[in-house]
Amino acid sequence: MMRMQPHSEFQGAPVPGSAAPIAIELSEASVTFGRGPRAVPALSTTSLRIADGEFVALVGPSGCGKSTILRLVSGLVLPTTGVVIVGGREVAARALRVGMAFQNPTMLPWMSIERNIMLPLKIVEPFRSQFRRLRKTEFRDKANALLEQVGLKGFGNRYPWQLSGGMLQRANLCRALIHEPRMLLLDEPFGALDQFTREELWSILQDLWIAHKPTVLLVTHDLREAAFLGSRICVMSARPGRILDDSRVDFARPRTVAMTFEPDFVALNQKLRAFIVDARTASAQGVA
Amino acid sequence: MPEFDYRQKARSAALIVLFFVAWELFCLISGMSDLVLPRPSQVFVTLVEKFPILWPHILQTLATTMIGFVLGVGLGVVLGAVIGVSKTAYDTAYPLLVGFSSIPKVAVVPIFVLWFGSGSVPAVLTALSICFFPIVVNIATGLATTEPELEDVLKALGASKFDILWNVGLPRTMPFFFASLKVAISYAFVGAVLSETVASNRGIGNVMMTASSNFNVPLVFAGLFVLAGLGVALYVIFSVIEGRVTGWATRKNDMVAT
Repeated sequence: MMRMQPHSEFQGAPVPGSAAPIAIELSEASVTFGRGPRAVPALSTTSLRIADGEFVALVGPSGCGKSTILRLVSGLVLPTTGVVIVGGREVAARALRVGMAFQNPTMLPWMSIERNIMLPLKIVEPFRSQFRRLRKTEFRDKANALLEQVGLKGFGNRYPWQLSGGMLQRANLCRALIHEPRMLLLDEPFGALDQFTREELWSILQDLWIAHKPTVLLVTHDLREAAFLGSRICVMSARPGRILDDSRVDFARPRTVAMTFEPDFVALNQKLRAFIVDARTASAQGVA
Repeated sequence: MPEFDYRQKARSAALIVLFFVAWELFCLISGMSDLVLPRPSQVFVTLVEKFPILWPHILQTLATTMIGFVLGVGLGVVLGAVIGVSKTAYDTAYPLLVGFSSIPKVAVVPIFVLWFGSGSVPAVLTALSICFFPIVVNIATGLATTEPELEDVLKALGASKFDILWNVGLPRTMPFFFASLKVAISYAFVGAVLSETVASNRGIGNVMMTASSNFNVPLVFAGLFVLAGLGVALYVIFSVIEGRVTGWATRKNDMVAT
């Protein structure tokens, strides 16, 4: 079944070519939902290290446990075995003020965009205790500065129903970043958007990353997206997931959509595609 | 908020007028005895003539309705919040609630009378017991339908259950809550009148019972008109409040994305 060897330089080894401190470390972590005969393995024993400020894209077939890794890192799920260390601390049930964004932007319909974006400031210290004092001044400026960076200048007073899907997703990125998290966890954030809006948002996300340099973990189905945005791409096997391949992407930044049609980029895409096709076939045989 | 549509209002008003005109003509042409079905004009005359007598009863009915309603809302909100925050509580309590709410409330009036004697107390209790179920169900449903992704976003920030309830759950419940208030006030009114009809010596329900045993049919209908008028008025008041407070929930189709 395992035709493929993880051909990269790495599996649990120190982050290649990087002197930055480790931001996220999964060591021998696995996740099983439920118990006994009804237990569903979601993630096989997995080790992964991500350096501070890295942009890692996770790709793999549907249901392979990509989102489980995100939920592990955010502290929403605890590992069944193994250890997850984030920012030098073991992840407990309580979490670490990471910024998260999902495919569904989930803006609250009764609040303006500005106030939606400020929501994390109402929750996270030290902003929380200053919220009442600064929400009309400093915090609002902060929200509007972010909105400007994603091309939504002047939309702070609008309500979510006045914005298109692409605009809401930009606002969603702002909400994930407002409390200056060191870590940004994105679960298929652009999955529901059309091709052109998606490409536009890749550039915006890239700009945000260059400007703020958070550690990013991006789960995606889109191989071009992974190759465009990632500094590193991890390919996962079918459920229960494992990391099959882990390689760096060294295209110069800022990357442009035009670059995605160049031979090197296309070759990388085809390599990733082959991994996933193999993983899917392997799992289909496993089932049969 | 939807535009105020004058044509639509005019059509509705015309239909109401048409209804009364048709009723009037039907009675005149068929020579119907006013012991069976009085003409609307007779009813209106009776209503105006007897208004001073009716007025204290109107106040009585309104008072029992409102007291029952306020108590019902209070109880409903608390119970709804308790079972809405936890999926287990929701699933556990739901069958019992459905069981209670499907009991015809006219059947519990004799029990209230047995416990508290006839009068205002059974009316208030009937109003309460009939109006608090829609509140419980709507509050609980509103809380239970919070988007799981948003909950994850907030939990990952370290939000407590209370933070999520306060910032997301309760505001999200408001449209459900106000929609249920509108229903609940009508129910409370029905409950109060029902109880007055069965066991009270005051209130519009009692007036109608007395008038009917005296064959004062126009007065029975006058009571009915008063009830309809009060019911509509209460419904309108709560609709207006609903629109003011939770306009965001009905604005979705108002403006196209730019």
